Amino acid sequence: MLSLDFLDDVRRMNKRQLYYQVLNFGMIVSSALMIWKGLMVITGSESPIVVVLSGSMEPAFHRGDLLFLTNRVEDPIRVGEIVVFRIEGREIPIVHRVLKIHEKQNGHIKFLTKGDNNAVDDRGLYKQGQHWLEKKDVVGRARGFYQENRSVENRNFLFLILEL
Amino acid sequence: MNSVLSRANSLFAFSLSVMAALTLGCFITTAFKDRSAPVRLHVSRILLKNVEDFTGPRKKSDLGFITFHISADLEKTFDWNVKQLFLYLSAEYSTKNNAVNQVVLWDKIVLRGDNPKLLLKDMKTKYFFFDDGNGLKGNRNVTLTLSWNVVPNAGILPLVTGTGRVSVPFPDAYEITKSY
Repeated sequence: MLSLDFLDDVRRMNKRQLYYQVLNFGMIVSSALMIWKGLMVITGSESPIVVVLSGSMEPAFHRGDLLFLTNRVEDPIRVGEIVVFRIEGREIPIVHRVLKIHEKQNGHIKFLTKGDNNAVDDRGLYKQGQHWLEKKDVVGRARGFYQENRSVENRNFLFLILEL
Repeated sequence: MNSVLSRANSLFAFSLSVMAALTLGCFITTAFKDRSAPVRLHVSRILLKNVEDFTGPRKKSDLGFITFHISADLEKTFDWNVKQLFLYLSAEYSTKNNAVNQVVLWDKIVLRGDNPKLLLKDMKTKYFFFDDGNGLKGNRNVTLTLSWNVVPNAGILPLVTGTGRVSVPFPDAYEITKSY
């Protein structure tokens, strides 16, 4: 029933109004794209907002939580920071904490990571023969956090509506 | 508003907006708080060996063993927007090979509700203190600090260093007889 109402509205519009609607839609989409790209520039990260995919950082982060990242060059990587990185050849980003860093005079840095909830460091996850991560593997450093799907009230309301 | 379904729907939407406003309030009221606290660190024993680094690149590197005491009161850092504190004891030093080295020696998670007063004595390091090379031998200045990552309910994730650090010199010779 909803789709038929929409089609009636469309038929009632003349060509100019239709074009106006299409342009409106295009404006919304490009504004969203501009905001996203703008965020990428400000934070310096190719993916300013990421979702936590595994339980390796519990009890701090659970699956589904949002992390806000920055990756500015002036901020050096230091131990204790939560970094989101990709292993060469793999698509999935991993969110873990920096355990060890060795930085040379020229600024070249190599570091080791470990998940809070894991017993051992990440050397088992890295590529065969790779012992350290470098700046190029980093997607960003976690600076802000928002937890998702944890509100008990919202979950109860959802059950209420589904039962109806 | 004349069916249960539409009432439930608008109630749900309203509760979502309320939750969003609360979360924003949580974030704004605690975003600029100072989360540091005084910390007392003491190192009671240092041992230095030189072995093949079995945790990673297999080359002979300096391996340090440290026994330490920590006393800190973290009660003031907890508030309505702090879910947990991730504490870590890190050693920072400089060597011929690398200008900056930082190694996490020990960490602990303190959840909201746990005892915030820490009094730990004779603690051994959780992670192996391997250097990238032989830079610990005779190193006059290895600084140990206790820092924590504040994990909020929603908002900024700051790294705060406790006030109170200790700098220790490492021995000039390797220990071959004693074991830790």
